[in-house]
Amino acid sequence: MDLNFTPEEEAFRHEVRDFLRHNLSEELATKVRNGRDLNKTDLETWHATLNSRGWLAPGWPVEHGGTDWDSVRMHIFEEECARANAPRTVPFGLSMLGPVLIKFGTEEQKATILPRILSGEDWWCQGYSEPGAGSDLASLKTRAIRDGDDYIINGQKTWTTLGQFANKIFCLVRTSTEGKRQEGISFILVDLDTPGIEMRPIKLIEGGFEVNEVFFTDVRVPVANMVGEENMGWTIAKYLLGHERTNIAGVGASSEALSQLKSLARKVKRKGKPLAQDPIFAAKIAEVEIDLEAMRMTNLRMLSGVADAQGSVSSMLKIKGTVIRQAINDLARRALGATAAPFPSEDVIGNYAIAPAEAASNAANYFNNRKLSIFGGSNEIQRNIIAKETFGA
Amino acid sequence: MDFTPTEDRRMIGDSLRRYLAEQYPIEHRNKVAYDDPFHDPAKWAELAELGILGALVSEDDGGFGGAGFDITTVFEEMGRAICAEPMLGNLMALRLYAAHGEAGRIETIIAGAEKATFGFDESDTYGDLDSITTSASGDTLTGRKTVVYGGHCADHILVAAKSTAGKLGLYEVAAADAEILPYAMIDGAGAAEVILDKTKSRCLSEDARDAIELALDAGRVALCAEAVGAMDVLKVMTKDYLMQRQQFGRPIALFQALQHRLVDFSIEIEQARSITIYAASKLDADPKARALAVAQAKNLIGRAGKLVAEEAVQMHGGIGMTWEYSGSHYAKRLIMIDHQLGDTEDQLRTAMALSDLAGAA
Repeated sequence: MDLNFTPEEEAFRHEVRDFLRHNLSEELATKVRNGRDLNKTDLETWHATLNSRGWLAPGWPVEHGGTDWDSVRMHIFEEECARANAPRTVPFGLSMLGPVLIKFGTEEQKATILPRILSGEDWWCQGYSEPGAGSDLASLKTRAIRDGDDYIINGQKTWTTLGQFANKIFCLVRTSTEGKRQEGISFILVDLDTPGIEMRPIKLIEGGFEVNEVFFTDVRVPVANMVGEENMGWTIAKYLLGHERTNIAGVGASSEALSQLKSLARKVKRKGKPLAQDPIFAAKIAEVEIDLEAMRMTNLRMLSGVADAQGSVSSMLKIKGTVIRQAINDLARRALGATAAPFPSEDVIGNYAIAPAEAASNAANYFNNRKLSIFGGSNEIQRNIIAKETFGA
Repeated sequence: MDFTPTEDRRMIGDSLRRYLAEQYPIEHRNKVAYDDPFHDPAKWAELAELGILGALVSEDDGGFGGAGFDITTVFEEMGRAICAEPMLGNLMALRLYAAHGEAGRIETIIAGAEKATFGFDESDTYGDLDSITTSASGDTLTGRKTVVYGGHCADHILVAAKSTAGKLGLYEVAAADAEILPYAMIDGAGAAEVILDKTKSRCLSEDARDAIELALDAGRVALCAEAVGAMDVLKVMTKDYLMQRQQFGRPIALFQALQHRLVDFSIEIEQARSITIYAASKLDADPKARALAVAQAKNLIGRAGKLVAEEAVQMHGGIGMTWEYSGSHYAKRLIMIDHQLGDTEDQLRTAMALSDLAGAA
């Protein structure tokens, strides 16, 4: 039993820290720290910065432009990026499609698509959920019917994150209505410029735009765009969901959020004294800090035993990680009292200075992060996964 | 980063688990845990023969373990069997003897020839060392120590008392010289009131505050590990019961409401295991870091233990309420661990006092 990082791991941490210090602009870090929406240029800039260092797709094999990091190094990298308030990379190409192509793609698909993900030429988004297919994804209805060398796609996808910035979408489509529902699904790549596609933004609870609906009307897609065989999409979808689990607990992001909560509690006041000195509020912070400390250990335990990490382990991390993050967001909102209310705009943050700038979006972030326990397989679905493994039924 | 136990610890853990499974089954445990002498002296001697007590003391002090992970290895197994032997009191006494160079005592305790414990709480102190009123005068002590774990069978009782200089001193009293009122605790195993009235004592230190804090933290880490062991067993019992119990024509394990509750408490057990490992790793750290980690751990253990105990009883239904069912004794132990060496709120107060939150903005 040795809970220390090795000297090599510590050296790696310093290398990452050093890189972040020199390559992450103060402007961008401040935007992330203050919880502001990042625009397309912000995200592309950071994508290019990481790519130039070769750290953009740590999970990919080296031959495709990845790193040879083990899970502990991935964890350190994530922790340092969160600490430095670096933007999160957009996962759809890097963590989802990339690994899928590496596993299931043709040589040609790998050779043409992977480099374009890294270079940023292609921005992928995800076409999984439908209005009638959320947790029950296998009930999806978007239809792809073979017509010569094409498929013709009709239907609707939803909750497509950052689709407004994307030029490509990977979709699960129904290619057969025979047999089991899962066996009639295929995984296909679609160019968003193709005629017949319409993307409409969905305004979220806090007022932001990050998800979209995508409508497909007689959209022609070449058969060569299918990944894997026809009707093996469910296998691919499951692989995709099971991939890139190391960061699922979000320990780094929660640690940074907690440290921001603490400094906010030292700044804002109740009855003339710093909120940090209020025993009721301090107790709530102490409790969530304990849960996070345990989570950090749980995460490291799971990482160090990745070989036997099964579905239920990442489900566990997902549930507890999201609950902890939401608890921190909740306290960060409440720390502001009445000053949490103003809708965060440039005026409110820059000119009116009602709440500390780094906290002005706390209410918006709280509302936005309610998504954490819903997306990526709702926490209830995660419980079902664990229960299935526990009871073998 | 390596979470696998060392070969030595795995061997100690395995042999203790095997021994307790064979020699200390729940029926035997319940037979000895509630009636005088509230443990099984023969089994205690065998545990000593197995070297379990030696694992709680460092090599320098006459044992062959003594690190946080040695303590958790032993106590996790104690928890799996909810073993009623007076391990906690002896652990704290061994740590205190070690801190004061008492090699002779350590040797006899490790050999199983003598038992000892540590009395610090009083009926009005609720764990606050600053409120202790038992005091030394000359070579005698006067006062009353309450709920002294293992005090019912100890040969020697280490007593925290105000020294003549007004500090917190540490004194040894022979059980034969004190008035001992033994009893069973509600979750089994023995404790005692130790009444001292100008009782002859031997001073180990006039100022033992640091050593006492460390011994108590070692005890807290032990209790955390004991809880983890008990939770693991209670989880399996609950799972098995849900799969076997039929209602509405099918196993109740098929009901999602119950599945999700078992999942939720399983997650908390993993959290409890994690924070216990964390605290064990900090037992030899500087006192502030140690105290913070231990308080954090025992706070989480208190919350997780209550959740697991209450949910297990609830999901078992009526059978979980019976004395005959072993799960009820595990649930009781988990609840009552929170009452030992400071409860959830006590630990939270400690963690808050030691937190960096109070620093500058």
